[in-house]
Amino acid sequence: MGAGHSHALYVHEHSPIHRLAPEAKIVAALGIVASIAVTPRQAVWGFGLYAILVAGLVTLSRLSPGFVALRLVAIAPFVFFALFIPFIAGGETTEVGGVSLSVDGLWGMWNVLAKATLGASVSIVLTATTEIPDIIRGMGVLRVPALFISIATFMVRYLELIVDELGRMRVAMSSRGYDPRWMSQARPVASAAGALFVRSYERGERIHAAMLSRGFNGAMPTFNHQRADAREWAAVFVVIACAALISALALLAA
Amino acid sequence: MSAGTAVATGAVSMGTVTMALRQAKYQLQDKLVPLAGITAAFIFAAQMFNFPVAAGTTGHLLGGALAAILLGPSVGAIVVTIVVVIQALAFADGGLTALGYNVLNMAVIPAYGGYAVFRLFRRWFPRTTGGVVSAVGLAAWSSVVMSSVAFSIEWLFGATAPVAFDDVLFAMVGIHILIGIGEAVISALAVGAVLASRPDLVHGASDLDRRQLADTKVRTRTFVIGGILVALVFAAVVSQFAVDSPDGLGRVAEDTGIIASASDHALSSSLFADYATAGIANESLSLAVAGVIGTLVALSVAAGILLAVRDKRGRDPAMSP
Repeated sequence: MGAGHSHALYVHEHSPIHRLAPEAKIVAALGIVASIAVTPRQAVWGFGLYAILVAGLVTLSRLSPGFVALRLVAIAPFVFFALFIPFIAGGETTEVGGVSLSVDGLWGMWNVLAKATLGASVSIVLTATTEIPDIIRGMGVLRVPALFISIATFMVRYLELIVDELGRMRVAMSSRGYDPRWMSQARPVASAAGALFVRSYERGERIHAAMLSRGFNGAMPTFNHQRADAREWAAVFVVIACAALISALALLAA
Repeated sequence: MSAGTAVATGAVSMGTVTMALRQAKYQLQDKLVPLAGITAAFIFAAQMFNFPVAAGTTGHLLGGALAAILLGPSVGAIVVTIVVVIQALAFADGGLTALGYNVLNMAVIPAYGGYAVFRLFRRWFPRTTGGVVSAVGLAAWSSVVMSSVAFSIEWLFGATAPVAFDDVLFAMVGIHILIGIGEAVISALAVGAVLASRPDLVHGASDLDRRQLADTKVRTRTFVIGGILVALVFAAVVSQFAVDSPDGLGRVAEDTGIIASASDHALSSSLFADYATAGIANESLSLAVAGVIGTLVALSVAAGILLAVRDKRGRDPAMSP
C-alpha cells in the first residue's frame, strides 16, 4: 500500500481539532448532534446559536467554509424531499404566494432542513479531521467490543482493494460491450457480484493463513496510542456543555 | 424520529449485535476477524454495484439477506452492521443519532428476518440449485419489505413530521415491494453464481451435496417474470387495504417526505403526539394492521435468531467439502 493512504474525505491539516484524540472527537460530535436533535423546532434562535458553534468548530479545524458547503451538497438529495412536506402534511393551512401550505408541514420542513444541515456539518468536521483507522481506534477506546473493532479495522484496510477489484470487473464488462438497460439483462452484474464474493472470501482465507503463519492466536495485537488526556476531555466537555445549554434553554422556552 | 425511538432501537440493535458476535465467534473461531472483515468490505463494494432496473434507471443492492444466506445470519448481521456504522461514522453518510434504527432496519431485520424466510422456503422447494436460488430471491425480497414495515412502525412511535401512519405504511411498503424485486433478482443470481463456482461457501446451502447442486439452471427471464408476478399479487393485496389512501402521485410525494424525515430526529413529546394534527382516518384499523404485520416481522426475526443459535450445520463453511 504505497499510495492512497489518505482518504477522500480526510483533509490533511495541523489544527487543534486534527490533533484532538479521536475518542474525544467522537464523543463531542455525538454530544453536539444529540443536543441539536432534541432542540424543539420552534426555537429558531437556538439553531442560529448552533450554527455559530459549528462555524467556530469549522474555523478551528482550518477547513474552508467552501469545502464544508461542497460536502453538504451530498445531503441535498435527502433535504430536497423535505420541501414536499408542506404540500402533503395535514392540519391548518396558510397561504404563501397563492399556494395553500400546511403550517405544521412548514415547521416539519424547517425542522428537517435545520437539523440535517447542522448534523451533517458536525459529521463532516469529524471525518475531515480524523482518519478512518483513528475513528475506529477511538470507538475501541469508547468500549465498543474489541471483536467488532477488529472486524471493522479489517474492513477498512481491505475496502479500497475490494472496491478496486469491483472497478476492474466493471471495466472488463463494459469493454466487452455490456451496457444493460433492463432488469432481464442483469445476470452478468449478479454473476460479477457472486464472483467478487468468492474472490473476497478466498482472499480472506489466504490472509487468515498468512496471519496464522505469523503467530495469530485469535486476538489482534494492540498498540499503545496516545489516549485523550484530561485537557482534551475538558475541551470536549466545554463544547458539549455549550450545545447542551442551547438545547436546555430552547426546551425551557418551548 | 424521536429521541425515545432512537434510544430504544439503539438498545435493541446493540443487544442483538452483541449476541450475534458471540454466535459468530463460535461459528468461525479465529477465522472470524479476517473473513468477516473482508466480506464486510465486499458488502460495502456490493452496495456500489448498480444494476439496471428499467430504461436506463438503476438500483443498488442492500445486501442484508444476501450476506445472511452466504455467511449465516449472525456473521451476516455483523458484517452489514459494520458497514452501516462505518458509513455513518467514517463517511458522514447517514445521521449519527439515526444509527440505532439504521442498524436495526438495514442489518438486524434483513439478516435474521431474511434468513428465516430463506429457511422456510428451503423446506418447501426442491433440494437443488434452483430451489436454493428461488428461496434466496424470495428471502431478499421479503427482507426489503420487512425493513420498510419496521420503518413504518418506528414512525408510528416516533414521528416528527405530521404525516399519518397508514399513509407512511402504504407508501413505504408499496415502494419497497417494487425495490425488493431488484434486490431479489440480484441476490438470487449472485448466490447462483457462487453455487456454480464455490458451493461450499454458501452457508444456506451447506446441507446439499455436489450431486444435488449439479442439476438445474435458473433462467434470468423466468426469474424476473416470476418475481414481478409475486410482487403484483402482494401489491394487489396491500392495495385492498389502501383504497382510502390518496392517489399514487400523492403517495410518492409522501414517501419522499418520509425519507427526508428519516434523517431528522427531534424530541416528540409523546407516543401519538402528532396524530391529533395528522388527522388519522381510521385509527383502530391502522393500529390493528400495524400490530399484525409488526408481529409477523418480529416473529421472522425471532425465528432467524433461533435458527442462528440452533444451527449446527456449516459451522465452518470453508471446512466442508
